[in-house]
Amino acid sequence: MIELRLVKKRLGTRQVLDGLTLLVPKGTTYVLMGPSGSGKSVTLRHIIGILKPDSGSVKVDSLDVPAMNREQLMTLRKRMGYLFQNGALINWLTVAENVALPLREHSRLGRREVQERVMEVLRVVRMDHAADLHPSRISGGMKLRTGLARALVTQPEYVLYDEPNAGLDPVMSHQIHELICEVRGTLGVTGLVVTHSRACATICGDQIGILDGGRIAIEGKVAEMTHSDHPLARAFLGAGSD
Amino acid sequence: MNLFAAIGQMLRERIEGAGFVVGLFLRATGSLHYLPRRLRFLLDTAYNAGVRSLPVTLIVAAFAGAILALQTGIELRRFGDTSVLGTITALTMCREMGPFITGVILAATVGSAMAAEIGTMKVSDEITALEVMSVDPVNYLVLPRLVALAVMCPLVTALSNLIGIYGGGIVAEHNLGVSQTLFWDSAHEALISSGMLLPKELYVGLFKALVYGTTIATVSCSAGLRAEGGALGVGLAVQAAVRDSVILIIVFGFIITWFFYFLAG
Repeated sequence: MIELRLVKKRLGTRQVLDGLTLLVPKGTTYVLMGPSGSGKSVTLRHIIGILKPDSGSVKVDSLDVPAMNREQLMTLRKRMGYLFQNGALINWLTVAENVALPLREHSRLGRREVQERVMEVLRVVRMDHAADLHPSRISGGMKLRTGLARALVTQPEYVLYDEPNAGLDPVMSHQIHELICEVRGTLGVTGLVVTHSRACATICGDQIGILDGGRIAIEGKVAEMTHSDHPLARAFLGAGSD
Repeated sequence: MNLFAAIGQMLRERIEGAGFVVGLFLRATGSLHYLPRRLRFLLDTAYNAGVRSLPVTLIVAAFAGAILALQTGIELRRFGDTSVLGTITALTMCREMGPFITGVILAATVGSAMAAEIGTMKVSDEITALEVMSVDPVNYLVLPRLVALAVMCPLVTALSNLIGIYGGGIVAEHNLGVSQTLFWDSAHEALISSGMLLPKELYVGLFKALVYGTTIATVSCSAGLRAEGGALGVGLAVQAAVRDSVILIIVFGFIITWFFYFLAG
């Protein structure tokens, strides 16, 4: 379970998070929406331990993330996958090498097993044909899919998705949404998805929260949120909002 | 008050920066056991640092040796004693000029590239991605670069020394009338006069190169890792890497010379 309570964070002169409370029960997918710059990605970075809150608590499975030392954080992160907005692929590694990186670093799998696992995940995100290409030779959408493959290759318990469909065409976006649903269904992955996309939120989410002014302005089940009269819910989830 | 605040802020940033560099060096040397896993990357970096920077280093070294011999030779000729030209050229190249030239060129070429590469990774979230995957950026990115430069800088310096002396020899013969035999005999004599297995002039120079290589890699990686704010931040990181590396090369050069020739005799 991911649990943030009354988290405050100031970056420079801006109060990005101002008493954010957020609960993501195990095995569910929580979709976090909100205006640009409202602190969605900052929230993800608190959960993975890259940022520490000024006040409040951030817990994963009751473990206090900000209080962890380097080794404890590394252990926690091995149980998590993270999809970055731009994929954040290592430039000098090929697509396959990028996906293989966490396995090569942490698993005891042999070279052939790693290769098989990597190709399996690349097939799922439809990137197997580009396995030997470098990131500079592939499109933004392909980078994102490779990043997704890298986040999933270690079969993590938690996956944090930062704009999983940014820059993707509608067909590929739909496939990514289905993939997020699939990993939750088959692997029991707990997910936190940051997105602006109504389709992504309604297809992938069990619960949707909308961030505004550094805290959750409104949250609820998908059906409740899509029928809500709250202005933010209507702006992000109303008909034609995609 | 604002002036004091600005000075205080600048000092604080400098001290923090120095602390970061020292901490990075200690963390990198503390993770030497990861080196076998980084062998491929180490060899790539060593190739880039050593082999690809070799032509420019050797051209500069050859002309530096030639200039040194020419300038010294003009004065020596006034006293009618150009026979020590080989000695002076060899000692100056091996003690100071060879390591210094190599260090500055590596800082400008390899160090700047390192800072740009790591800085770009930093601003495009690749470093964060490594951390999120529990891959330590220090042993993954910094360690191979540090070892590659620590090994390649002395090797390139040794070649620079040789080519620099050779350049001096050519000028000595063609412009100052000193025969190649006399020049090389005096150079050889100067270098082996210490009677040790490796002449002091050589090993002090190579030790300097080792320190310079380590310094360039650490300072450049540190500048890259501290980059922020997009392309502008990467540019500033490159600028800081080259500037700080060159300053430290000069400071460490003085300290090592002082230690070996004054303190330790």
